[in-house]
Amino acid sequence: MARGARRGERLMRRADTPAEAAFREQARRWLAAHAEPRRPSGNWSDGPQPHTPENERAYFERCRAWQRTLFDGGYAGITWPRRFGGRGGTPGEALIFGQEQARFDVTSGFLPASIALLGPALMRHGDDAQRERYLRPLLRGDEVWCQLFSEPDAGSDLAALRTRAERDGDGFAVNGQKLWTTSAQFSDRGFLLARTNFDAPKHVGISFLLVDMRAPGIEVRPLVTAKGDRHFNEVFFTNLRVRLEDVVGGIDRGWEVAKTTLANESVMIGTGRQRLGSVASLLREAQRSGRFADAALRQQLGAALVEERVLGFLQDRMQEAVLEGQRPDLDGSVLKVLWAESRARKAEIAIALQGAAGLLEGEDAPQGGFWQEQWLDRPMGTIGGGTLEVHRNGIGERALGLPREPRPDRDVPFRELRAPSGAPGRDGGD
Amino acid sequence: MAFRLSSEQQEFRELLRRFFAEQLPSGELRRQMQSESGFDPELWKRICSELGLAGLGLPEAQGGSGFGFAELCLALREAGAVLLGAPLFGSAALAGRALLHAASEPARARLLPELAAGEVFALAFVGERGDWDPREAGCEARERRGRFALSGAQQIVLHGHTAERILVVAREPGGAADARVGLYLVEGSAPGLTREALRGLDLTRRCARLRFESSPAERLDAGGDTAAALARALDEARIALANEMLGGLERVLETAVAYARSRRQFGRAIGSFQAIKHKCADLLIATEASRSACQVAAEAVDDADPELPLLAAIAKAQLSQAYSHAAQENVQIHGGVGFTWEYDAHLYQRRAKASEIFLGDARWNREAALQWLAARAAASA
Repeated sequence: MARGARRGERLMRRADTPAEAAFREQARRWLAAHAEPRRPSGNWSDGPQPHTPENERAYFERCRAWQRTLFDGGYAGITWPRRFGGRGGTPGEALIFGQEQARFDVTSGFLPASIALLGPALMRHGDDAQRERYLRPLLRGDEVWCQLFSEPDAGSDLAALRTRAERDGDGFAVNGQKLWTTSAQFSDRGFLLARTNFDAPKHVGISFLLVDMRAPGIEVRPLVTAKGDRHFNEVFFTNLRVRLEDVVGGIDRGWEVAKTTLANESVMIGTGRQRLGSVASLLREAQRSGRFADAALRQQLGAALVEERVLGFLQDRMQEAVLEGQRPDLDGSVLKVLWAESRARKAEIAIALQGAAGLLEGEDAPQGGFWQEQWLDRPMGTIGGGTLEVHRNGIGERALGLPREPRPDRDVPFRELRAPSGAPGRDGGD
Repeated sequence: MAFRLSSEQQEFRELLRRFFAEQLPSGELRRQMQSESGFDPELWKRICSELGLAGLGLPEAQGGSGFGFAELCLALREAGAVLLGAPLFGSAALAGRALLHAASEPARARLLPELAAGEVFALAFVGERGDWDPREAGCEARERRGRFALSGAQQIVLHGHTAERILVVAREPGGAADARVGLYLVEGSAPGLTREALRGLDLTRRCARLRFESSPAERLDAGGDTAAALARALDEARIALANEMLGGLERVLETAVAYARSRRQFGRAIGSFQAIKHKCADLLIATEASRSACQVAAEAVDDADPELPLLAAIAKAQLSQAYSHAAQENVQIHGGVGFTWEYDAHLYQRRAKASEIFLGDARWNREAALQWLAARAAASA
């Protein structure tokens, strides 16, 4: 076999076995019959423009509709077992389908993310009734799910969460507040971490609950980001009723389930390839505007080029491992950090290339404000899905075997921990 | 095989790692670096005859071992991990690629087997201005009745003071900016050749300044665009050097992390403090990025990839940045002990800095990568 043809576009072609080639052809035909090819600009799948609540709602509905089309066509959950509504295919096929789908003006928006977070956790930790009841509607987008994890005083230190679920008759009553909940306003259901035992150490007294977002006792308040969109929400619980059969993985044992979802989170967020805004496009812009003559700017562009290509090589390396059915020898957090930093640096350069108009935003800015939006959106890479600092801890501890920081709060009953400033003391204790 | 090494490559790597660990412990390295050549000729002989490393990446008909350039890069990676002073890079890779690409067919057939067998060839191509463009070479070649003589001076010639054979890049007389360049062979013992060992930052790889006064030379190139052939050779040498640097980078990371795990202050391992842990994490990120850049570039040579000049510049830019930085961070993580003569950290720092500069630093290679992309865009427009 030729040793070449393994980078970027060429990687996928070389990797095709006859069966994969047939699958690619079949996927291509199906996509052509169900979707429009991408155009140079004006694709609905690039996101709602401008970010009004109406546009965001309409965008969400189109994403959901596409997920249903995928499911009905047999292309949702390509690696999921058939009994849960998946295709029972290989990781290579999932990769191929993603590559082919990227040529079309379609997207399922945030749905694949929540499917990838909850699906494996339910398959691994859920009971038969839960898997039977929830997995199919999850995969088809008939029930849209949000992740109810972070709290005002439990961000990087997620296990410090204080939302409590107390036994109440044949179920639980939940009280507390969640924060940074992606797309809660569109969600039918949520998976929630709540404290069920205040006498156990912080990681041990948590349960993983499935809740109905339409139930009384839940209030969702959109949180407008610095960018101006409503990506996140605050979610408040007041005596929300949760049934006993909606506990996943056992009472007080939710942290194990949460770890399964978190493991998927960093890999997912770190590996998205950017469709727009390559260094090649910045180079064209620099030549058009005459700023290519600026040696300092060329240095920045050159550095961004190196970073972009190297990141591509690392993604190819990950994909190659997936295609060969092996565990990647690369820590997902490495990709995540590089991706977030590369994206942020490119936005800085792109804005510098725009000269005076770089200080504009939205419709008034060059390219409809694409780069200003990328620039404002920087925290989605550097904070979302775990801050880069938390990821660096993970790299140090998982990949390099460095010792953890001492954690004096780890083995102490939760109720004995000092409440963070601003939070009521001894909550849950009475 | 792509990113994952094949089992043969893995075995080859293990074998070399054991060999170098046995042959070149720190005390031995320090003994060799005191010597005139900077390496042990006996060890170099074994590297060539027993392991066949100088023949990696060469055609089998010309003394090559049948393995590819990717395998040469693997060998360099292991050599770089122990700061090998012998001319695996300088002769087998740098001079070897120049012969392979710029010499005529008969010259290759005669000289490559000698190079593969362990004769040390040095490549002299850096003029007084200190550029990496072979057209800026510091020598002129004059022809008289079919015989050539070289005059001028070249600096930073790796192993130039002890090499048996010198490959010299020289311009035709006239001094015009577009004067054509050729590749010439000068014997180390040639009349009119003065060789002066230079004191380099890198104590484990020696270089020299060579002065030529009407030194008799043999022209090796067959005419044609020798400057382009040499540019290609230097791009491949960049990839080879980047892979050698990768080996050093990996060793530096390993050393830094081992120290961060074992050194205790304030009652705990210093690697448990985020200030140190995050430094180590950043070193791993840079190392993973470097691994992928080096592997992709090494394979591009065997595949004759049209993007080779871009991939060479990317790999060298990445390693020039990453290796020097890591070598400095390693000293920082070690604290005072890292700054002592007897500790090897400074030897890595010195090698990293010299390798960072040789064949273009990160700044030079970023510019080269960008200009290549711009030229391609212009050509396809």
